[in-house]
Amino acid sequence: MILEGKVWRFGDNVDTDVIIPARYLYTADPAHLAAHCMEDIDPAFAGKVQPGDIIVAGRNFGCGSSREHAPVAIKASGVTCIIADGFARIFYRNAINIGLPLVELGPAVAEIKGGDRIRIDLGNGTLENLASGKQYTIQPLPGFIQDIAKAGGLINYVKGEKA
Amino acid sequence: MGMTMTEKILARHAGLDTVVPGQLVKCRVDLVLANDITGAPAIVEFDKIGRPVFDRDKIALVPDHFIPNKDIKSAEQAKALRDFAKKHAITHYWEVGRMGIEHVLLPEEGLVAPGELIIGADSHTCTYGALGAFATGVGHTDAGASMATGDTWFKVPSAIKVELTGKPQKWVSGKDVILTLIGMIGVEGARYQALEFTGPGVAALSLADRFTIANMAVEAGAKNGIFPVDIAAENYLAARVTRPYTAVAADPDAVYERTVAIDLGSLVPTVALPHLPENVKPAADLAHIAIDQAVIGSCTNGRLDDLAQAAAIIDGRKIHPDVRAIVIPGTQQIYSEALVRGYIAAFIRAGAVVSTPTCGPCLGGYMGILAAGERAVSTTNRNFRGRMGHADSEVYLASPAVAAASAVAGHIADPREVMK
Ligand code: SF4
Repeated sequence: MILEGKVWRFGDNVDTDVIIPARYLYTADPAHLAAHCMEDIDPAFAGKVQPGDIIVAGRNFGCGSSREHAPVAIKASGVTCIIADGFARIFYRNAINIGLPLVELGPAVAEIKGGDRIRIDLGNGTLENLASGKQYTIQPLPGFIQDIAKAGGLINYVKGEKA
Repeated sequence: MGMTMTEKILARHAGLDTVVPGQLVKCRVDLVLANDITGAPAIVEFDKIGRPVFDRDKIALVPDHFIPNKDIKSAEQAKALRDFAKKHAITHYWEVGRMGIEHVLLPEEGLVAPGELIIGADSHTCTYGALGAFATGVGHTDAGASMATGDTWFKVPSAIKVELTGKPQKWVSGKDVILTLIGMIGVEGARYQALEFTGPGVAALSLADRFTIANMAVEAGAKNGIFPVDIAAENYLAARVTRPYTAVAADPDAVYERTVAIDLGSLVPTVALPHLPENVKPAADLAHIAIDQAVIGSCTNGRLDDLAQAAAIIDGRKIHPDVRAIVIPGTQQIYSEALVRGYIAAFIRAGAVVSTPTCGPCLGGYMGILAAGERAVSTTNRNFRGRMGHADSEVYLASPAVAAASAVAGHIADPREVMK
């Protein structure tokens, strides 16, 4: 799968409360969640994000609450991939489970700026910053996590298993 | 090679003799938890799979976040949970008037036993590690899938050993222990890892202290926090758990990534400043910070011992005129015991409000939302931006003793100062 898009840049410890505040959790409707995505950290985000855009962030992205509403909000806002120095663990598995690709790039995220265009080839494991021309290698997902991702998420994966 | 407590529980539930950190394992689960916020979407995912529930006795559904229903949408989410519980004859569902905050309620109801493996669609599911279980938070898709399959996958975490020695001083409790630890290692200090608490200091901690500490393991990024099972834990369990269980102990040669030592005797009442739980300072240094609200409750500090600490400070005193003090017992049983012991009367006499169990203000749901510029001292576990209301409000995390002392003083206060 090849993804190409414009970068929205965020810092370290972006928690699930700022990704989608609890005051909006009275429904899990993706469009409703997307309308308030990132509201407490960047009120302009929900209005300006375009389908195909990519989030690049620092360390511990998605820390805090287990609310899957957070990756759902991001995915429904049109973002196709999140690249971070590192992810909090519940957010990581939630994103995989709903079929939202994540790339753990490490400290090299510092070289990517807001507004840059990047292209990610998940199949051959490469990431290119089209603004700077720099290329990076992406580590493949381990074991059956890859199978979950390939199935498009956990539910499809489980449905494919024998009961 | 020896195994940690966490590795032993994962190995046992994966049907393996040993596991090593980094290994991906598929584990049987002993209990799957969801609440009114995560339960409704978990049910949607469950229904997509098209299988019956794996075991109606091993699913716990707790309406607690926006309950009693705060508005029509919340009422609909709660109804989805209730309807599902009825349809599948789920044994462990609690209605308003009998419910409590999930992580206080489940151990109280005897649904957590040593050596068990529990997942919950709530990040503070790690609370149950206080009783020697492996417990961790997952999202609602994982929970919905496990309700059908009875299993889930894990990456075996490496572990940090937290070696506790000494005995806490008066007015120092589990909250001060965990805030101090998070201050030492940071909010991602234990990311993807297990926090295993051990050492002679464990015996000096009440079960309430241990629940508070394990509860906030996730605030250091940990997958789980876990305590060994000692006599105090066995006594707690004796009154509640009737099914057989097998506790695990770490092998003497278990491998830890590192060891963090904490002398409980050296700890002081501690506060985490906005907007991260790692921003800790002694309460005594923060007397210049005036507060608008004090919240005493939540899955972190809504237990009877917590209310006892707060009542000891508030009884016979008055809540500061500029402060709204909100006290929320964790379960109906705690509420009723606090009534018998006179705590509730003491809170009301002092000018505090007492609520039925609910998560309410902890996650900025209702029952105590902050306006822009307002500050709260809270015994909850997160002080992220906007957590309790407006994005420009502030939450200071503290123990029940510090929150009670601050409610009386009108500013952040060390209980030792107020009780002089
Ligand atoms: S009390 Fe707060 S932290 Fe605990 S379960 Fe409820 S919302 Fe979550």
